[in-house]
Amino acid sequence: MDLNAAAAELDSDPQTAAGRTVYVYEIPVRLWHWINTLCILVLATSGYLIASPLPSTPGEASDQFLMGYIRFAHFAAAYIFTVGFLVRIYWAVVGNHRAREIFYLPVTNPKWWAGLLRELRWYLFLEKQPYKYVGHNPMGHLFMFVFVTLAAILMICTGFALYSEGAGLGSWQDLMFGWVIPLMGGSQAVHSWHHLGMWGIVCFVILHVYAAVREDIMSRQTMISTMISGQRTFRE
Amino acid sequence: MTETFYDVLRRQGISRRSFLKFCSLTATSLGLDSAYAAKIANAMETKPRTPVIWLEGLECTCCSESFIRSAHPLTKDVILSMLSLDYHVTLMAAAGHQAEKQLDEIKKKYKGNYILAVEGNPPLNEDGMYCIEGGRPFVEILKETAADAKAVIAWGACASYGCVQAAKPNPTRATPIDKVISGKPIIKVPGCPPIAEVMTGVVTYLLTFDRLPELDRQGRPKMFYGQRIHDKCYRRPHFDAGQFVEKWDDDAARKGYCLYKMGCKGPTTYNACSTIRWNDGVSFPIQSGHGCIGCSEDGFWDKGTFYDRVTDIKQFGVESNADKVGGTAAAVAGAAVAAHAAASVLKKAKKSETVTGEK
Repeated sequence: MDLNAAAAELDSDPQTAAGRTVYVYEIPVRLWHWINTLCILVLATSGYLIASPLPSTPGEASDQFLMGYIRFAHFAAAYIFTVGFLVRIYWAVVGNHRAREIFYLPVTNPKWWAGLLRELRWYLFLEKQPYKYVGHNPMGHLFMFVFVTLAAILMICTGFALYSEGAGLGSWQDLMFGWVIPLMGGSQAVHSWHHLGMWGIVCFVILHVYAAVREDIMSRQTMISTMISGQRTFRE
Repeated sequence: MTETFYDVLRRQGISRRSFLKFCSLTATSLGLDSAYAAKIANAMETKPRTPVIWLEGLECTCCSESFIRSAHPLTKDVILSMLSLDYHVTLMAAAGHQAEKQLDEIKKKYKGNYILAVEGNPPLNEDGMYCIEGGRPFVEILKETAADAKAVIAWGACASYGCVQAAKPNPTRATPIDKVISGKPIIKVPGCPPIAEVMTGVVTYLLTFDRLPELDRQGRPKMFYGQRIHDKCYRRPHFDAGQFVEKWDDDAARKGYCLYKMGCKGPTTYNACSTIRWNDGVSFPIQSGHGCIGCSEDGFWDKGTFYDRVTDIKQFGVESNADKVGGTAAAVAGAAVAAHAAASVLKKAKKSETVTGEK
């Protein structure tokens, strides 16, 4: 599709007219976003410390449980993250159509591809203005799908597979996720992938926060306040 | 009349008392309750002896070495009698044509009724020429013998996963036996070597109960490979407390703290070392102050160093670990964001300048 035509079409969308405000993200979506933020913070920190533990503490082993507490924090946050993800999937079904966005990529839609290209050009300083979008812009959409939805699935599958090693053969974690271990070539390999997944999410967080702040300032729509109030306001 | 295990034992001068002791010890080591001791005894008294053929391919004989050091009183006698040592390349008395003839005889006489125990694996490159036994490639002998076996035991890391000879670049194409044998139940007993009592336990189970023990997803007997070394390690309290050895000669090492940071593979290795231990239960690697190297895990030679917790991964063509890859990616992302932000600020400033200028 011709980019200019697409631009004209998007910019003539009465929903995104300057000054208009649209309700985009419902309460469960926003709540999930901020719970995820906290979970990822705890998970990445505790996860890193599980792989590279803090210096030893002196004294009797029975007097302390540092590694145990760190692992507990990791597992507790992981359960909250997982339950949140499941509830979020439920909300994708029952919520508004914006809640479904991050679970698929509209790869058959040429308009989406055109938007993605335009967004890329905008980030390379080749466009004066980005398009306006009620939901995610195509670039954000792509990153959400890969680094939130797919990454969450990877981390939940590998994470519970590793957890099943402690929970034991025949535990529900083992029955549901134990197959991941031989699939990836052993426990050590699953650890490595889980660890890489963490770094992938860390990179995403850096880009995500930057993009949100930048778009809030430079694009023609609100970003950060939208994830708090759910309302998106457009400007010229 | 066919001989039973019990007949053989009595013939070899083993008392009934010793025999019953063996039965209860075996039941315990298999994780069965005490009622099973009587069942094992009964099975051994009534069942005709099942011959076991023991083949050795590309390997170092450490499995056999381990096996004959089984420490349970009598276990080795019992098992060795059970084994019908008609054919075990290292242990049998016969040699040359005589030995090969015996192998043929057992195969014919007990067709579909013997157990095949395989130590080592067949190399497949050059039509199997890297391992020749009795003038023929081992892979042929293995396939033939497996065809008429009731069940197959894969001894050690070699037969189960390939071990060192299958490590990259695997010049002889050493191949685990389950990739060569099809249509037969295969029980994997990995380890380099496996623990002697684990080996005798598996054989006893097969011979007395006439069925495979319960196996996990990777075909290993759950009773011995159901938990990690880490789960039953006597140094586990130090792990949970966060007390680690940082250097081989530091105070923590002398105090016997956890070897996690020294790259101990206990947390990723399924085996019974921390419970059964080695050499009559004397010790096991971690107890002697060195981390587990994960010898019973698939491809343990190619999983990076034995001395790092976050091990190297080779999927990216270069040797690097997750922290190096991820840390670099995060640093690049951070730098890119900073540069982009700076460029954005400049652009915005320029734009507002133009706007003001126009006014």
